[in-house]
Amino acid sequence: MADEAHGGGGLSFHPMDQFQVKPLFGSYGDPIHWYTVTNVTLWLGLSILAVIALMVLTTSKRDVVPGRGQSIAELMYGFVYKMVEDVTGKDGIKYFPYIMTLFMFILCANFLGLIPMSFTTTSHIAVTAILGFGVFFAVTILGFVKNGASFLGLFWVSSAPLPLRPVLAIIEIISYFVRPVSHSIRLAGNMMAGHAVLKVFAGFAQVAAIAPVAIIGVMAIYGLEVLVSAIQAYVFTILTCVYLKDALHPHH
Amino acid sequence: MEGELAHIGAGLAAIGSGAAAIGVGHVAGNFLAGALRNPSAAAGQTATLFIGIAFAEALGIFSFLVALLLMFAV
Amino acid sequence: MADNTNAAAEVAAGAPPGMPQLDVSTFENQIFWLLIALVAIYFVLSRVALPRIAGILAERQGTITNDIAAAEDLKARALEAEAAYDNALSDARAEAQRIAGETKAAIQADLDVAIEKADAEIAAKAAESEKAIAGIRAGAQEAIKEVAKDTAKEIVAHLGGKADARSITTAVTSRMKG
Repeated sequence: MADEAHGGGGLSFHPMDQFQVKPLFGSYGDPIHWYTVTNVTLWLGLSILAVIALMVLTTSKRDVVPGRGQSIAELMYGFVYKMVEDVTGKDGIKYFPYIMTLFMFILCANFLGLIPMSFTTTSHIAVTAILGFGVFFAVTILGFVKNGASFLGLFWVSSAPLPLRPVLAIIEIISYFVRPVSHSIRLAGNMMAGHAVLKVFAGFAQVAAIAPVAIIGVMAIYGLEVLVSAIQAYVFTILTCVYLKDALHPHH
Repeated sequence: MEGELAHIGAGLAAIGSGAAAIGVGHVAGNFLAGALRNPSAAAGQTATLFIGIAFAEALGIFSFLVALLLMFAV
Repeated sequence: MADNTNAAAEVAAGAPPGMPQLDVSTFENQIFWLLIALVAIYFVLSRVALPRIAGILAERQGTITNDIAAAEDLKARALEAEAAYDNALSDARAEAQRIAGETKAAIQADLDVAIEKADAEIAAKAAESEKAIAGIRAGAQEAIKEVAKDTAKEIVAHLGGKADARSITTAVTSRMKG
């Protein structure tokens, strides 16, 4: 995938071009201000529309016996609700709308990114870092507000032998601060990697001899990416639940 | 010359992806072994399975990221 | 995914190669729009979608509970009806048995009376017949006695003797008895 910059033989690969942020109106060279309407804006907007279509329009009839769309909406609701309840316990239920927001946004953005020629908003570290650090700060502040200084008990493993505890505390603190980094880079990295691999396989299709293999490869990777999109949304959400549980019940 | 070294480094970093694959396979395989021994307990542990896979995979993604940085950012 | 011709043109135009993810100049744009999107989704979900779905689920739960209660009620009623039916059936059976017993007893009584009457008639007839037979028998003995006397007298007369009527009678009577 490096060949773009260095010219790899006759093939030209541009695996990273799909992630370029461009102004939606105007030409490429235009400066991007914070308010500029870009392809990021477009696909974030489509994510919002997808969430509305999935969760609001399908349930507008309020059928007691659900139709297809309403079943999907109820399935999502029940899935995330049960996840929050199972992982964080009863007192985590009041944060359910936040977690549902994260889940629906990531799921819709991931799936929209799989549409050919689209732009994957969740493949950008800036986006996922906001999500990940947002969760991190929210959970940390919540932990201190709910538990006060005893929230620090999270790092003091009282079940371990006493001489080990300072060592474990250092490890726990490091892993605590690595959480938001891994949380956000996992999502962005998975999406970026999958889409780049798709692009590389598509680049192989430029050679007629291996084009059929390349196209079959694209199909296979695409199937895998559909799976990864859903699993990453699930993983992001369940890890948020786990962190939330740590904030609400810091004692091991 | 430096660019060439960066490419070699990127290739070395990509080995980490394979290591992550081993890790993920280990998690999934052990889960399956346990699930076949006690299928009734398996359903409750799928969340743990996914969390384990996510952690194992995240480190592979880190190595992938290092490779990308060496390729494009250095 | 951006198409290749565009990308090539951009590279030619002097776009920096590498990862667009690390292009810090686009960060604030992305973050700004992301925050707007998150807030929008949050309000859509928390104000409209989630309460609505929660309402639908609660309503369905209520309907199911009601239906189950109604079903239980109907089941209880069915059981009641079955019990009543069983009751009526056993009553009817007992009644039928009673009627059958009564009828049998009445018939038995009638029969007994008839049999008694018949027995009495038969006994009367038998006695009458016996009486008649006894009369006939007595008549027959008398006649035989006469005949025997006469015959003996005649035989004695023919033999040349003079028959004593009284001794002949005595002899005949003793023979007859013997």
